[in-house]
Amino acid sequence: MDQVTLHNNQQAQRQAAMAVLAHAEAGEIAARLRNLALPAHQDLRAPENGLVMLRGRVGGDGAPFNLGEATVSRAAVRLASGEVGFGYTLGRDGEKARLIALCDALVQSRDFGGAVERDVIAPLREQLMAGRAQAAAETAATKVDFYTMVRGEG
Amino acid sequence: MYVAVKGGERAIENAHRLLADKRRGDQGVPEVTLDQISEQLGLAVDRVMSEGSLYDRELAALAIKQARGDLIEAIFLVRAFRATMPRFGASEPVDTGAMRVQRRVSSTFKDIPGGQILGPTFDYTHRLLDPALAQGFVPEAPATAEASTAPTPRVTDILGRDGLIESSPQAEEGASVGDLTREPLNFPADRDLRLQNLARGDEGFLLAMGYSTQRGYGRNHPFAGEIRFGEVEVEFSAEDVGFAVPLGSIELTECQMVNQFKGSATEAPCFTRGYGLAFGQSERKTMSMALVDRALRARELGEEALAPAQDEEFVMSHSDNVQATGFVEHLKLPHYVDFQSELGLLRKLRKEFADAQTPDAMKEAAE
Repeated sequence: MDQVTLHNNQQAQRQAAMAVLAHAEAGEIAARLRNLALPAHQDLRAPENGLVMLRGRVGGDGAPFNLGEATVSRAAVRLASGEVGFGYTLGRDGEKARLIALCDALVQSRDFGGAVERDVIAPLREQLMAGRAQAAAETAATKVDFYTMVRGEG
Repeated sequence: MYVAVKGGERAIENAHRLLADKRRGDQGVPEVTLDQISEQLGLAVDRVMSEGSLYDRELAALAIKQARGDLIEAIFLVRAFRATMPRFGASEPVDTGAMRVQRRVSSTFKDIPGGQILGPTFDYTHRLLDPALAQGFVPEAPATAEASTAPTPRVTDILGRDGLIESSPQAEEGASVGDLTREPLNFPADRDLRLQNLARGDEGFLLAMGYSTQRGYGRNHPFAGEIRFGEVEVEFSAEDVGFAVPLGSIELTECQMVNQFKGSATEAPCFTRGYGLAFGQSERKTMSMALVDRALRARELGEEALAPAQDEEFVMSHSDNVQATGFVEHLKLPHYVDFQSELGLLRKLRKEFADAQTPDAMKEAAE
């Protein structure tokens, strides 16, 4: 694989991991990370809270407009081996941002990438998907079936 | 005249101490927790987030508790809080077409792809008070059914394919997105600023404005093309990271209003539209917003703009309940000096009036 493809693959992997971690609680991430023998690391940027302006689009698909802000926490962590990880999450939980940053650094690490995916991200992804499936099933039960209504069955 | 300007400190301190006690209420009753407010008064939290213009359930719940349930006071508290935080930037625009829908109804098409999904709604309830809720109510587990993997396209996208409805205006290349929290409002205002203003506008005000269009003050013949509520993912292009970072998801309600059609010698007739979007489950708000958004497009669509809901300066200058309450409520703060000068003037005028009423002969007789 060429460098560009490698880079794109790693970026997609990091985004996929972040998409799972942003939905988890700090305690859940920390508990999963305890299963790993973590390498030495330090805070590159201590957790910091701020705002992100959330944007929508006119009509859902038109020009963007500013809808309102959300609180966001962010942090950055560097492994002793040099990988720099970033953590961003909605809310004001700085510890969660730091844990996401640590995971992001581990995802990029040759030695820990596999382990963090297997022991941290995959189980959290499974939990997230199970929750979504349950919500989708509850929603589906409220779908109107006009045919049934007309026939007076069900 | 002597005007007292000092001496309020102790009274103020004791008033706030009394407020804290009244807020707690009877201490024999358990204290309400933020989780209880967020979980059980969720729609109040949604409203405070929308109009406070800050998505943070926990902060909104705290504000509701601190404000003793006065939602406008809570919105004020949230707005004041946001002013203390740095802004990291703006998110990528959210994709409501990819929403994980929890509710989605259309009053224009019975059979929409993805179906009519009622979700958690007050619609079709009988609005009878339920004594069972008074204490110890345990709801049944929600029913479940096999979820479809079929997409739920926006109804306006379906109509748009046949050209039956106008398409959404696209941004010009390199155009910046207006932000009324950063620049003072000028008129005429573009649609992006109008929508931002309406999104944080008072629900009651927008409801009344939207209702006025239905009653004939700027009629625009609306159909609720689609209302959807659910979760959307938020992404933020962080410069330090170098790509769009997923931040998690938020709940949004979107309303697509389909309105009276227009055409011209050069354009085939098509439906026009109004748009509403707000944090949380806020249907009344987004429906009202969509009606008012459409009304405010009167000039752009070549309609006579005679009704209040079509007057953007009127609507946008009065929609914000924090501004409105600030100006209305400031009337109760001390105006002693202003009032004394008015009083002095009034006394002078009354004396002049009385003097003019008294015939000179009487004056002389009195002397």
